[in-house]
Amino acid sequence: MDPVILFFLFGLMAGLLRSELKLPSALYDSLSIFLLLAIGLKGGQGLATQPLLPLLPQIGAVIVLGIIQTLMAYAALKHLFGFDRPNAAATAAHYGSVSVATFAVAAAWLASRAIEVEPQMAILLAVMEIPAILVGIVLARGVSRDTDWKSLGHEAFLGKGVTLLLGGMAIGWAAGPEGLAPIGGLYFDLFKAVLALFLLEMGLIVSRQVGELKRRGLSLIAFGLIMPLLSAGMGLGTGWMLGFSIGGMTMLATLAASASYIAVPAAMRIAVPEANPAISLAGSLGVTFPFNILFGIPIYHWVATQITGAMT
Amino acid sequence: MIAMHTEKRTLLTVFTEASIEQVLIRDMDRMGVRGYTISDVRGKGSRGVRDASWDESRNIRIEVICGRTQAEELLTHLQARYYSNYAMVAYFSEVEVLRPGKF
Repeated sequence: MDPVILFFLFGLMAGLLRSELKLPSALYDSLSIFLLLAIGLKGGQGLATQPLLPLLPQIGAVIVLGIIQTLMAYAALKHLFGFDRPNAAATAAHYGSVSVATFAVAAAWLASRAIEVEPQMAILLAVMEIPAILVGIVLARGVSRDTDWKSLGHEAFLGKGVTLLLGGMAIGWAAGPEGLAPIGGLYFDLFKAVLALFLLEMGLIVSRQVGELKRRGLSLIAFGLIMPLLSAGMGLGTGWMLGFSIGGMTMLATLAASASYIAVPAAMRIAVPEANPAISLAGSLGVTFPFNILFGIPIYHWVATQITGAMT
Repeated sequence: MIAMHTEKRTLLTVFTEASIEQVLIRDMDRMGVRGYTISDVRGKGSRGVRDASWDESRNIRIEVICGRTQAEELLTHLQARYYSNYAMVAYFSEVEVLRPGKF
């Protein structure tokens, strides 16, 4: 088994056994900044060697994908799972958006198997964070005049994640592969080692969701498992339509299947205060994140291989 | 020894979620609050343990020293706007300050 996954399981076990182990919160912040920058740099470096215009339809396609996912999740949560409107909207926004940690694990998984991935995935990652937030707010409140769109827009477009991803990408693009070579030792060669430490912390965080999951019962677990599979299917379809490689299709499926736990909860807490953040986080962190990194990524890769095989 | 001149002011202390820090700062600026101190804190309350291990479980303490009227105005606003949906505890206390013109 991949060592980064073992780090995650170690953190999860330590948390479930109520170990004294606690990583300083400044370390969690630092590691997430590192991962976002590294992903951005890697994507930007790849983009330096190709034209940017063909990316526009891809960006449009993933925006539509994010919107459809959020609407689907909302309809399911409200009508099948009995959620009230604010909680259905907030949770749907988590599932329509993306998780950087899941993306990072997929990138490491594909890299260790020497599977190529299109460099623009980092841009699509940044783009896919945003639409679900705006759709979630509209679903929860309608288009009301007292929504402070200016500060919510600021939060959505200039949050920590999007800023670091786009900044890293701009640096990677401007410097190009040769310019990045002197700093590649830290950002590229050590990527997996840092990811492992980050996943140890993620394991601890996930272990804290267990209490809420027990309170919410099976329905949240069922949603947290079914939704990523449906989303991954749509991600695979979109990737295939856009002509992506197997690696690219796997990555887009993983992005679609992943659920946010940083940008969206922060925005929803402010925009939809009636929603209980513990519910959305128990779903996205407690169920969907572990499912995707343990089982989802290999499944999506297998299906991507089958689709590509069947088409040629 | 120099005679010490102090005056009474109200200290408003608020414990709440770090996720609304920016929103509260905007509220305070708009309401003409002249100064405040914000610190990161941990604790437990009716909304469970807030252990600051990552973004969503962070708490802050806001302290504002000002005149009684302004403190009441601020707390009334907080109560109306945030009490029902956010983890929030607030109280007044009387403090004696030097340089009363600052507050």
